[in-house]
Amino acid sequence: MSGDVKLTLGPLLFNWPAEQVTAFYARVAERLPVDTVHLGEVVCAKRTPFLAEALAEAAGSLAAAGIEVVWSTLGLIADAKDVEATRSLVESTEGLVEINDITALPMLEGRAHAVGPLVNIYNEGTLQWLASRGAARVCLPPELPREAIAALGRADAGVALEVQVFGRMPLALSARCYHARAHGLHKDGCRYVCDKDPNGMPVATLDRQAFLAVNGIQTLSHALLDLSAEAGELMEMGIRRFRLSPHDADMQAVAHVWRDLLDGRSDFARARRIIEAVADFAPRANGYYHGRPGAELVA
Amino acid sequence: MSGAALELVCPAGTPAALRAAVDAGADSVYLGFRDETNARNFPGLNFSRDELAEGIAYAGRNGCQVLVAINTYPRAGDPGPWHRAVDDAAGLGAWAVILADIGLLDYASSRHPALRRHLSVQASAANPETIRFYHDEFGVKRVVLPRVLTVQEIARINSAVPVETEVFAFGGLCVMVEGRCLLSSYATGESPNMNGVCSPAEHVRYEDRNGRLISHLFNFAINVFAEGEPAGYPTLCKGRFQALNRASYLFEEPASLDVIRMLPALTEAGVTALKIEGRQRGKAYVAQVVTAFRKTVDAVARGKEPAAADLAPLTEGGRQTTGAYEKTWR
Repeated sequence: MSGDVKLTLGPLLFNWPAEQVTAFYARVAERLPVDTVHLGEVVCAKRTPFLAEALAEAAGSLAAAGIEVVWSTLGLIADAKDVEATRSLVESTEGLVEINDITALPMLEGRAHAVGPLVNIYNEGTLQWLASRGAARVCLPPELPREAIAALGRADAGVALEVQVFGRMPLALSARCYHARAHGLHKDGCRYVCDKDPNGMPVATLDRQAFLAVNGIQTLSHALLDLSAEAGELMEMGIRRFRLSPHDADMQAVAHVWRDLLDGRSDFARARRIIEAVADFAPRANGYYHGRPGAELVA
Repeated sequence: MSGAALELVCPAGTPAALRAAVDAGADSVYLGFRDETNARNFPGLNFSRDELAEGIAYAGRNGCQVLVAINTYPRAGDPGPWHRAVDDAAGLGAWAVILADIGLLDYASSRHPALRRHLSVQASAANPETIRFYHDEFGVKRVVLPRVLTVQEIARINSAVPVETEVFAFGGLCVMVEGRCLLSSYATGESPNMNGVCSPAEHVRYEDRNGRLISHLFNFAINVFAEGEPAGYPTLCKGRFQALNRASYLFEEPASLDVIRMLPALTEAGVTALKIEGRQRGKAYVAQVVTAFRKTVDAVARGKEPAAADLAPLTEGGRQTTGAYEKTWR
């Protein structure tokens, strides 16, 4: 059963320098036991020109290593430039495209595609409708509780269901750039200040409790989603793909322990120890899965 | 009024607010059923089936139409309440339903093809391509535009799509893309998409700490007020937070959207309807805002410049903003 369970590395959400991106994906190609890697800028179109070359190179080395590459679209496709950039991505990609905004759907004209966690899929009706238009894989939104995931698994829509199991949770997008705003700048003259925070800019409450992480126009959770204890249950519900969201941390260790977990070579206690050691910049959380606030950790 | 006048779409959280809006000159009134099928699922608000029937009759006698918002996302494994809401809105003679979920749009367009469908702001359709998609696939007749667009972008959209557009004119302002924000459920477990609530009151707690007032949302402090400083409601994205060693309203200051002075520009941009936010507000508020907008919309339709209606006392923190309609907001 575990043979058809796939490990996915989601798109890099943060603004890393091109050299770091190149080095990261070289290591992924060489050492990470993942089946699929998502490339492409999801958060801010302004970052794209700086990364195009590094990502093209990454695609080549990942493919050479036998890893499937999926190109992810922007999460917020707002102006005409974003629309045209997305159209060009859809048209020039031979493999699978993951849409993160409904805008990209008609561009695919029914072609098989993946749907990312930033698209609202909360129920069977939507899942089945999207499947009828070519959705072959769907990574579910992070706020879905266990009961909803199970119901979508039972819907048997002919779609491979995926769940993010590691990393900061994507919580919100805005037309406004909060990185720029925190630095006293506007989005148009942002000076790319989001490059200062490779895992997002920490946001705390006024009584000093770590709370959120700002990543340009995106707001992420401070806590790191960790569904290692829930992996067995997710497999039983029919989840076939498990997504790790890349961070500036030892992703190799995270990927290995997840591969072991999915293949039955590790238990979640070991997974938890390794994940805690690797991701020491934030606590773990799994509240959404258990119908609790997303920030909580349910033991 | 003049055919060019913007349609004034007004909120009704209760039958009394509906009558207030109709009496003050609303062209249409939007409301929701008393459950989680709509995005203002607050205690004591919204309409039973009987109240909707009475509301539609009252509005109809006064030349006003009723729109039913069914704009949360149906729960997996339990779509019944959402399907019944669409069926009942159709059966009771609502003018339109306001929907966000693709599965529900599919349900409404196949079961009730004659029922007019509007796309909720919770679907955040922000460009011509997406709007055309909802029109082509589900026969959507009107799109409520997200509060992330500039007036220029709205004009461009209107010249490119075969549907009407409705824009927010006054009231609460979401600074995140609507329908794609999980901040509330991250902190409290309840979200606009799944529960029809944002920063719900049942999770709000105020604490007095040495003369300072701290507002909490569940386990998180959302703001701290010095002695004598007016304390607002702890809506998560309007809170004060710490980033880069500085405390600030990181996302947005508490403020209300007010575009009354921009009505000529919005008319010029081809907008069909203006939406006033505030189904959670009382009838006096609704009457006052609708009256001011009615007067201004009619004046603008006659070619007059909008007068400065003084709605400041009705805004959050007494502060107004034109939000994303002006590009400097970003």
